[in-house]
Amino acid sequence: MVPDDRKYTDEHEWVRVDEEDGEQIGTVGVTDFAASELGDVVFVELPEVGSEFSQKDPVGTIESVKAVADLFLPVSGEVVEVNQAVVDRPELVNTDPMDEGWLVKVKLAEPEELDVLLDAAAYAQLLEG
Amino acid sequence: MSDPSALKTTPLTAWHRAHGAKMVPFAGYEMPVQYQGVLAEHEAVRNGVGIFDITHMGEIEVSGPGAEAWLDRMVTNRVAGIPVGKVVYTAMCRPDGGVLDDMLIYRLQDRQWLVVCNASNHDKIVAWMTDHLPAIGVTMGDLTDRTALIAVQGPRSGELMKRLDELAGHVSALEALDFYTALTLDGPGGRWIVSRTGYTGEHGYEIYLPFAAALPVWEELLAKGQDLAVVPVGLGARDTLRFEVCYCLYGHELEEDITPLEAGIGWAVKLKKDDFIGKEALAAQKKQGIPRKLVCLALDDRGIARQGCDVLHDGEPIGAVTSGTFSPTLKKALAMALVTAPVPEADLAVDVRGKALACHTVPFPFLPARTKGDPAAERNLSV
Repeated sequence: MVPDDRKYTDEHEWVRVDEEDGEQIGTVGVTDFAASELGDVVFVELPEVGSEFSQKDPVGTIESVKAVADLFLPVSGEVVEVNQAVVDRPELVNTDPMDEGWLVKVKLAEPEELDVLLDAAAYAQLLEG
Repeated sequence: MSDPSALKTTPLTAWHRAHGAKMVPFAGYEMPVQYQGVLAEHEAVRNGVGIFDITHMGEIEVSGPGAEAWLDRMVTNRVAGIPVGKVVYTAMCRPDGGVLDDMLIYRLQDRQWLVVCNASNHDKIVAWMTDHLPAIGVTMGDLTDRTALIAVQGPRSGELMKRLDELAGHVSALEALDFYTALTLDGPGGRWIVSRTGYTGEHGYEIYLPFAAALPVWEELLAKGQDLAVVPVGLGARDTLRFEVCYCLYGHELEEDITPLEAGIGWAVKLKKDDFIGKEALAAQKKQGIPRKLVCLALDDRGIARQGCDVLHDGEPIGAVTSGTFSPTLKKALAMALVTAPVPEADLAVDVRGKALACHTVPFPFLPARTKGDPAAERNLSV
């Protein structure tokens, strides 16, 4: 079950775009698959609000007991919000990675970048290998 | 390790796969790293009971009239003179004092011993022992490929062990079993060894048994431990459990270029006993001053230090992290590190991916073991 309201990367991040005050705001997180592969997440490091990144830049780290994973930004833009709840309770990444466990919100600098991301069907296919 | 079909399995591999374990290659075996999750499994062992398939461990039987004196020469701790049924933790060293492996040695009978080594070092240890085997008086047999090993660990492990059918006739012996002692019995398939040993810091047992007996016992433990909330535990939690009580893990705190004195297991090096391999070098190191020391670190800045991260003092590297993770029991990022002695008391940091995270030393171990005495004793959880 891959929700079709968002786009995906082959690094198992998702981005869902909403209009807010005429700006395109992308909410970014990791997928169920990524969360399950990582195991129990115990530490999340997120970027500073206001910092700007390009597509595929590493912007944070997600650490489980055993492993470290980089968070790559699926789209270029300025970080407008980070999920403090996840910083305080990293287990949200495991319990609800697709919703409450979102990680950062970015103001999209180049919305056309969304076109190169995977849609739900393509991501589902990637998971099936 | 690219061909997974080349990995060894245990009599429980099919069970692990069927019960949702995440399987990983480990020391040439396909082993479960976790079932429900490392944190839940860790907590089950700290507060209740968990069972582990650790069949990958190496078992080498040594026997004969010369076995006692020879083994005593091969290892750093004293095994000569120990009573039948006793278990000893020891290092086996190179002549230069570097650790080849750490291991348990069981005296099963007057002239019969069992050496239990790490899976990752099994081939090396068998070769090293074979090379040093005397021409007469000692025989050696590798039992690894027919000996299963199940660990039953946690404050409620004693209750569970007593419920095993095979141990029904041995309940008083089981209750009287001291830490680091073992009993041997004739069970299904042949010899069983039950010892009060483990790698978790909790009250616990390890059961060595023939391959054919492993699955029935595993299932019996799970069925009879339901009211104790017994769970299967993978290698992930095995590592976090041993880490919190600061037990050394080969490939981390122990290596061929690390001596047991540096790794903090000098108590298992008996420099007063007769000659043993590595004695001269270790005695010299002790006399000249031990160059590096294993320290316990707690991170002050947010982040997790992992093996290989540099330890910095005033910005200069003085050593490296050997193991580091987020401690599930103490709820903070901790690390063990091997650093140049003397250890500075302040201005310490660890370099985590280019960022210097402040840290400070804390007393050894992070969490006190409850292997002896009251299995459910209250613990000081302040680090």
